[in-house]
Amino acid sequence: MSTEANNTEHIIDIQNLRKSFGDNCVLDGFNMYLNKGENVVIMGKSGSGKSVMIKCLIGLEEPDSGTIKIMGKDISKISTDELNELRTEIGFLFQGSALYDSMSVRENLEFPLRRHTKKFGKIKDTTQLVMEALENVGLAHAIDLMPNELSGGMKRRIALARTLILQPSIILYDEPTTGLDPITSKEIILLMMSIQKKYNTSSIIITHDVDCARVISNRMILLVDSINYAEGTFLELSTSKDPKVQAFFK
Amino acid sequence: MNNISRIKDVLKSFFAEIGELSFFTGRFFKEVFKRPFEFKEFLRQCYNMGNQSLFLVAVTGFIIGLVFTLQSRPTLEEFGAVSWMPSMVSISIIREIGPIITALICAGRIGSGIGAELGSMRVTEQIDAMEVSGTNPFKYLVVTRILATTLMIPILVFFGDAISIFGSYMVENIKGNVSFLLYYNQVFNSLEFSDIIPTTIKTFFFGFAIGLVGCYKGYNCKKGTVGVGIAANSAVVYTSMLLFLIDFIAVFITNIFVDI
Repeated sequence: MSTEANNTEHIIDIQNLRKSFGDNCVLDGFNMYLNKGENVVIMGKSGSGKSVMIKCLIGLEEPDSGTIKIMGKDISKISTDELNELRTEIGFLFQGSALYDSMSVRENLEFPLRRHTKKFGKIKDTTQLVMEALENVGLAHAIDLMPNELSGGMKRRIALARTLILQPSIILYDEPTTGLDPITSKEIILLMMSIQKKYNTSSIIITHDVDCARVISNRMILLVDSINYAEGTFLELSTSKDPKVQAFFK
Repeated sequence: MNNISRIKDVLKSFFAEIGELSFFTGRFFKEVFKRPFEFKEFLRQCYNMGNQSLFLVAVTGFIIGLVFTLQSRPTLEEFGAVSWMPSMVSISIIREIGPIITALICAGRIGSGIGAELGSMRVTEQIDAMEVSGTNPFKYLVVTRILATTLMIPILVFFGDAISIFGSYMVENIKGNVSFLLYYNQVFNSLEFSDIIPTTIKTFFFGFAIGLVGCYKGYNCKKGTVGVGIAANSAVVYTSMLLFLIDFIAVFITNIFVDI
């Protein structure tokens, strides 16, 4: 359950993370690491602090204490510009997709691309990159649609395409299959796996979906009582005799 | 005792809000000179705001000019001072009625729109998505909108004033058979730079206030659809109060420097 000794290979390293909202302590000394090319699934009850943890990781929430290192950089010690540059290496798939609803699919994908000239140079014609990202998620035909013309599953795929367009090495998924029907959920899971294979990305996946965890995880962390209560492979945890662990798999 | 603690809470939250708004304003001035300048988004906002409000400002301005002249004509006739009508209309519209009415309309139209748009972007995590993609959402969403309202409100006020005076001329032409040239000659003869410059400066502050409060309410919107409604609504209420306050201060300062 403790962090591995050799920290140098960890692409993400979280140590002793604490976060409270008033009197409500949601994270009380949370630790985790992520290795290159690894998929780590985090499960926990609603309100257990999973989304808060992932938001602390990307800098959307400021932790009360603890250290978060991404690619060896402590995010509390770097400047905003450095953090923004680091963010181009991290994709974040929001639970509600968070597509910009005043922009078309093409503009949604172009938006991050045009703002990171340091990484990509000044791109005059973004069509090829946009099409490639859309083909990856099987929605090239939706390029000129508006977000309100897309179904829930399509929105999730487009959001994934928008995440991929910056070619991140880490992808954070916040409940990627929540609110989707079983068939679309399965399609999204397969898509996540194919992306990981194609681009060798490392992922942290927050989910309630046991099927998703079984298929995609290399390692799992169970977040209970504000700490990483149990850690192991899906098989190890699903066969655990601890009732608190078993509760997730029943 | 209960009432006292309630008053304390209200005062506390009022001053907390003033403090937060001051920080928000400070952040605007910090970010406005930083690169990238998001010029394209600024132009898009200018176009949207102007385009959205032009018709409303025109109709309201025209009716105000029309009604104002119709209402004041009998009184002026009683004193045999109908010839003063163009001067009275132009000075009152340019100095006060035009700017404040246009600004109030824009507070309702543009301010609430900004509050609702940014509020729903906050609630649906679009602002977070922007931040995560390495874009500064404050710069892209807030700075561009505040600059756009600051620039567009004075233009809309000028436009509204012109339409108002034209509405007034129509009444005078129908009732008093006054020619276009004579009417406008009297309008411009009665106006001085001391009428136009302070009022123009004032409208920039009106525009700034509309953009600032709309953005502040929307950007800090609490979660949920109810929060979006509250953001849009309170943006209009707070802006309207702020407009009257700015107007009072502007008139007070103008009175010190210009002998009205």
